[in-house]
Amino acid sequence: MTPEARLGELVRLRLGRHDTRRGFLKTALAGAAVASASTACDGAGVEKLLSKHYLKLTDEDKRKLFARIEAEVLARSGVRVTVGDPQPMAGVEFVHALDLSLCNGNRRCVEACARENNLPDDIRYLRVVEVDAGTLELANAEHAYDPELVPRSGKNYLPVQCQQCKKPPCVDACPVKATWVEPDGIVVVDYDWCIGCRYCQAACPYYARRFNFREPSIEPSRINPDQAYLSNRIRPAGVVEKCTYCLHRTRRGRYPACLEACPTGARKFGNINDENSEVRRMLERKRTYVLKEELGTVPRFFYFFG
Amino acid sequence: MIRYLQYLKSCAGCVLRGGRNYYLWMGGLFVLTFLGGISWYHHIADGLGITNMSNQVSWGIGIANFVYFVGVAASVALLIVPAYIYRIEEFKAVVVLAEIIAVISVVMCLSFIISDLGRPDRLLHLSPGLGVINLPSSHLAWDVMVFSVQLVLSLYIPAYLLYKRYLGQAPNLAFVLPPVMLSMLWAVIIHTVTAFLLSALKSRDFWNTGLLAPRFLVSAAVSGPAIILLCFAAINRYGGMRIADRVFDYLAHVLRVMLPVNLFLLGCEVFTELHSGTAVTESARYLFFGLGEHTLLPKFIWTAIVFDVVALVILLVPRWRQQPRLLYASCALLVFSIWVEKGMGLVLPGFTPSPLGEVVEYVPNASEIVLTIGILAAGALLFTAAAKVTIAVQTGRLRLQEGDA
Repeated sequence: MTPEARLGELVRLRLGRHDTRRGFLKTALAGAAVASASTACDGAGVEKLLSKHYLKLTDEDKRKLFARIEAEVLARSGVRVTVGDPQPMAGVEFVHALDLSLCNGNRRCVEACARENNLPDDIRYLRVVEVDAGTLELANAEHAYDPELVPRSGKNYLPVQCQQCKKPPCVDACPVKATWVEPDGIVVVDYDWCIGCRYCQAACPYYARRFNFREPSIEPSRINPDQAYLSNRIRPAGVVEKCTYCLHRTRRGRYPACLEACPTGARKFGNINDENSEVRRMLERKRTYVLKEELGTVPRFFYFFG
Repeated sequence: MIRYLQYLKSCAGCVLRGGRNYYLWMGGLFVLTFLGGISWYHHIADGLGITNMSNQVSWGIGIANFVYFVGVAASVALLIVPAYIYRIEEFKAVVVLAEIIAVISVVMCLSFIISDLGRPDRLLHLSPGLGVINLPSSHLAWDVMVFSVQLVLSLYIPAYLLYKRYLGQAPNLAFVLPPVMLSMLWAVIIHTVTAFLLSALKSRDFWNTGLLAPRFLVSAAVSGPAIILLCFAAINRYGGMRIADRVFDYLAHVLRVMLPVNLFLLGCEVFTELHSGTAVTESARYLFFGLGEHTLLPKFIWTAIVFDVVALVILLVPRWRQQPRLLYASCALLVFSIWVEKGMGLVLPGFTPSPLGEVVEYVPNASEIVLTIGILAAGALLFTAAAKVTIAVQTGRLRLQEGDA
């Protein structure tokens, strides 16, 4: 297959946005149907216990809910935060590409991600593993290498995070539709709907999902006040969370925190549908691959050798 | 209605009255249940961080016990077959007891699952109307559905049969046969759906095998009869009701057939996994030989296999299996060995190594073990109470009296 034909397939077949939209429309319609069926049961007093699914929230619901979350954070930690709800941009589908020949395993991305996304010490969305030169086999990966001593000779480094799959097994697994694919390709979790069964964690082939085993505690001085409901707001205990491509940043035209922090420039990010975007150029010009392609998850995360 | 309340009152009276040993037994179980309750409270109040589960091994002893007791619940079908297909009278007398074992297993399954949820307060999100249920995609959603039906079925059948007996009336077969036949089918369904819940995950090579559902059924046909046989032996000894020898012979016969099949299927898995030696079989190597310094699980699985073989020998040698003590001992060995094989030995290797190749060993901690013992004790408590009522009704000691109505 010529490189052009392969790219054509990647872009059209695997990341074709019409398909994605139709999928989302189906979800939205189903959600709306359930919503209209159940609005009658909503009582006012038991608001918190009978919280609504994100896709059923009206603008008024959102305003009240976000204000309540902001007030709770203020009361608990004394930090004034804003919880927003940036919407996907029309025609945009985000893709991340990572140059493995540049990554040297310094793990700056891991820490930047943690700061940006208000992660407690025991949760990291990103894993950078060390593999021997000559292999990318995860079974032999070293997870506990010292990031101060990189790059070690004879070693390669492989960062893994949520691959924002087009066919995500985690979304299929969730029994209550607390996680879904947004129109811009980002897989999100409604932290106020998740029941904490962790079936999605079992279903994820990339070890991308994390569970809040405890009430997350973050030092007030480290809280990032710029928050979004579906991404980096401080999570409740007992729910699953994951990388959201920093949607509170990227949907407002900024890069994700991991990319900004990367000193080697290994990370590229952008809109696959934009012919002039950097990720599109990488896909056109570099030799790319995806993790565990054989599983048919169709990741929106590519690796390449620059 | 008044008559039914009267019935419930006599049942309660029956449960509350007993000899010294009965009170000691029930009191002991109650204390264990209470301790389990305290542990459950901490699971909720402090979060699942008090357990030894991690992001790498995100399911532990709770899910292992759940999978195990699904099998016990399903194995009741094995007694329905002789009772209602072959219509052997001796078996009809024990169908109620078997259904009680089933319903208590289902209740225990639900307890293991709910105590394992991060947000049990959001259980309503699973309910029709108030919640959003992800059908047909989520196998877990299917499992919730089939379990709800199973709960209703296995509550209804013994409740109806007992009440009729209490009234001194013959049960109306039109009200019994359809649910009984359905519950036979449902035993296969709850089991298969639970197996599919695991085997459908392409992320977990260890579970992703077509052999999982058959192995579930076969192992249930070992652990189930073993537990039922032990419960029936206890009833014969302490319960004041004589369960026919024919029932015991039948259960031992089921074990004699299904245990070798179970070992055969296990052998097929072991051969295929270990012979191919590919990276996706690391989990099987972890289970049978350990990975690096992580060698706890192999000790358990080899003990289980030795128990299986010992039990099989006892069951195959006529002179030995005819001695009740040896028969009960072999059942006790099988209760444990299937718990290892189908519980921890099935759940943990699924998570080890993690999808990124990390090996984290999980061992349940004290709070998880106390919770498990608490739920088991609650199950035993419920079974003792329900069996006492059942026996009183079946033997005619608890009957509607002339003056009551």
